[in-house]
This record gives sequence, structure tokens and C-alpha cells, in this order.
Amino acid sequence: MTTVVDTPPARPDWPALPRRKPARRAKVWAIRAPIPRPARVALIACSVLVPLVAWVAVSAAGAVPEQFLPSPQAVWAAGLDMSRAGTLATDIWASLQRILIGFGLAIVVSVPLGLLMGGFRAGQALFEPVVGLLRYLPASAFIPLLTIWLGIGEPSKVMLLFIGTVFFNTLMTADVVRQVPTALVDVSYTLGARRGEVVRKVVVPHALPGMIDCVRVNAAAAWNFVVVAELINSEEGLGYRIARSQRFLASDRIFAILVVIAVIGLAIDIVLRLLRDRIGRWV
Amino acid sequence: MLSLSSVSRRYGAFTALSDISLDVPDGQFLCLVGASGSGKSTLLSLLAGLSMPTSGTILLDESPVVGPGPDRGLVFQSGAVYPFRTVERNVGFGLELLDLSRAERRRRVDWYLAETGLTGLRRQLPKQLSGGQRQRVAIARALACEPSVLLLDEPFGALDVQTKEDMQLLIRRIWQDTGTTVVMVTHDVEEAVFLGQRVVVLACDPGRVAADLTVNLPADRDLSSKRLPEFLALRAQVEDQVRAFHHGISA
Repeated sequence: MTTVVDTPPARPDWPALPRRKPARRAKVWAIRAPIPRPARVALIACSVLVPLVAWVAVSAAGAVPEQFLPSPQAVWAAGLDMSRAGTLATDIWASLQRILIGFGLAIVVSVPLGLLMGGFRAGQALFEPVVGLLRYLPASAFIPLLTIWLGIGEPSKVMLLFIGTVFFNTLMTADVVRQVPTALVDVSYTLGARRGEVVRKVVVPHALPGMIDCVRVNAAAAWNFVVVAELINSEEGLGYRIARSQRFLASDRIFAILVVIAVIGLAIDIVLRLLRDRIGRWV
Repeated sequence: MLSLSSVSRRYGAFTALSDISLDVPDGQFLCLVGASGSGKSTLLSLLAGLSMPTSGTILLDESPVVGPGPDRGLVFQSGAVYPFRTVERNVGFGLELLDLSRAERRRRVDWYLAETGLTGLRRQLPKQLSGGQRQRVAIARALACEPSVLLLDEPFGALDVQTKEDMQLLIRRIWQDTGTTVVMVTHDVEEAVFLGQRVVVLACDPGRVAADLTVNLPADRDLSSKRLPEFLALRAQVEDQVRAFHHGISA
């Protein structure tokens, strides 16, 4: 029952295909290609300097009232002022503490849950429908409810952070866990590993760098929510300081606090990136 | 002894394997060949216990295969080495699960590293290795569990010709040094005849045993054996069998 290809019909005598002129290869904007070092440095410099220079120019020209757009000097002075008075440090610590508790709690819940959802079809069936739904509820819409449930103190702020980050971190962690190759799991069983050992020695180590990346992405969301939470009611914190400065039209202070938030966020990002690169040396 | 009786495997309406009966005596090197779709890999995953036959039984030393275990080592074409573990920690994975002293574990890992020529690479990560080296890690890792049967699923299919020949000599030497039963799936008939003491040809649709041939070649084969007339004759015979059961492109 060997089937050999019969003599195929000869190709008709079509006109030759038109040829396109070869395209010139882009130097800097070639898709995914590395770019020359000078171009890279110049682009990075542009990315930082252009907005900065525009800010300085606009405020120096006096085109916008100081209340709307304070000058860089005024912002620097306001920041220095706050840090001398000691409020900056207490505000940073207050916000950071809320993040540590609220987001920390979210990590403690979302990592095992993500592992369950990504590693087990049963876990996926059990949790994905509800987590996938809850993710779409905006955390800030919970503020009134949280106030009713938990009052206006710390618990409701921490809870807001938790609600705002836990669902995303769960789903993202589950995705990372799902990417562990099935062959690695299968081969572990053939080497005598039990289910728990496969989870501990194969699934978790393989997913760990990705899990840290999820935390990195969601840490940014945690910063968003801590400021939102503090706008409502609090005595200290960076969000509170912003709300308070607004009452005095002190936009220089608001700008200074925004800069502080950006710098701390960047620092957290860099630390987590270093941690990921260290743990994920094998990637 | 590995013994299959009337093993079938169906996926819904599709029959991947139908009524396979085979006895593989201890220490035999058996090669499974067949066109793609003949169920070679399915058969191997049944032997590994990663999937269960729809009907029929698989016995290893008289006890039924009910799931994967270290008595049947498996090597995938992709190797499936742990990317986050160094070479030596890959090889030691199965031993870590057992109650062994560090010294005992180390002694065994050292032997398998040496046997597969990986001693100098022991602290490397898989990403630093070539395809052939990675495959050697996978083989050493499976062997370290001292399996009764070593199952190889097209282990050299993704390697270049020279590396492939090196690996063929390596697996022959390992087989001679350890006396392990080997069941190897390959689509390379030359490889099957060179390595196997026995070559089983599977036919497609449904997957079934089409031919069961004994390789009557000297035990001390080397690469030049591939040019012997009796080698070429047997190779041609197996190739004919494979072709006979392959559905080609119909015009």
C-alpha cells in the first residue's frame, strides 16, 4: 500500500513574478534589533531631558501661574522644607507601612492561590471564575463599603490595598505557573518524585523568577492604591500630604511628593529586578 | 522482564495503539521504529506509566505498571532537564528524594557524570550546554535512579549527525556497562539497526506491531559496522517494512 506521488502536472507557463526592490534596512528603528550605543544614549537622554527642559522653560517664561505649575526650584525647596520638618520621613514611613501590610498580605494570599490555580486544573476550575470576576471590580469602589465595614482607621486602608492587588497578582502568578513545561513535571514523576515534591522542587523553582516579576508589576499598583486610600482620611502618609497641600494651593509640595513617590517606586522596581535576576540566573 | 499483553490505547474514536503484545527480556536493547503516527511515543508513555492503556496489561517483573516511577527511567527528545539546576543537581534529582547520605549521593552522581562525560561540566547550568550535552544530562539523571528499564523517546532526533553518532556510541557503552534494559523509540532506521538487538516496526492506523526483527550483528559494533553488507541488508529490510505501512502523499 505504498503510495508514491504520481508525476505532478507541469507548472503552467505563468508570467514571471514581479520582484520588489529590496528595502533599505533601518539602523535605529529596526524591529527588535540592537541599536548603536550612541543612539541608545541619545534616546535615553532625550527621554529624561526633554520633559525636564520643557518644565524649566515653561515655568521660567512665566507662561503658567506658579500655583498650577511650580518651578523646579520651588519644588526642590518645598521638598527640602518637608524633609527638614521631618514630615516627609514620617509620611513615607506611614505609606510604606501600609504597603508592607496590605500588599504583603496580598502576596501571602495570592502566591499559594496562584500556585493552586496554575498548577492544578481543579484549582483553576474552583477559583478562576470568581477571581476573574472580582478582578473587574474597581478597588476604589470598595472604599465606601470598607468604611462601613472597618471604619476610617488603618484596617480599611490596608484592606483597600489588599483588594486592589490580590486578584491581579493571583491571576498573573497562575499564568506564570502554567508556563512550567509539562515535560518537566512528567519527568519528575519518572524520577520518583511525589506530587508535593514536584510542586516544591520543580514547579515553584521554575516559576519563582516570574512570580517576582508579578510582584514587581503589582507593587506599582500598590503605590496607586495607598495614595487613593490616604486621600480619604488619615493623619499622615504621602497621599494625605497631597490632599492637605491641595487645601493650601501648595502645588510645589504636591509636585515634590509626586517626585518622592516616583523615586521610591523606581527604587522598589530596581531592587525587585535585581532579586529576580539573581534568583533567575538560570533563565 | 517487561511484558505487554494486548495493550490498546484509544483517544475517543481514534485508536493510537491496537493489541500490542511484546516481551522484552532483561538486558535487551529494543528499538521501536515506525512512520509518524504509528504510536511509538504513545507506547513509550504507556511504558513510563504517564498514561494508561485503554485495555491490556503492562507488567514489569510481574507487577503491573500503574504509574510513573524510578524503575522506568525516561528520556525525552527535548531532554526536559531542569533549567534551574546545575548539571550535577539535575543528575542527583532522583537521589535527593531518597534517604541517602551526602557522601553516598555524591559518589553515585560522580560515577554517572563520569560515565556520560559530564564531570567537567558539573557546575554548569543547562542554558550553557549544547543539545548533546543536555541529552547526556537527561540520560545520566534517569540512570542515576538505577531503572530496570531505560525508555528513550527519540533522544537524538534533534542533534546533528556527528553528535548523534557520539551519542549512539555513548548509549551503547552505557547499556553494556549497566546491563539495563533499553527501549528506544526512533524514526532513524539506521540508528535502530545499529543500536538494537531487536527492532520492532510499528504500523499506523491503528498502531500495531508490523514486524519484529532480530539484529544478527556482532555485539562489538562500532561506526564502521554501519557499512557491513549484513547491516545494510537488515537496514533495507526494516526500511521496506516502515515504508510499507506509511501512508504517503496521494496525488
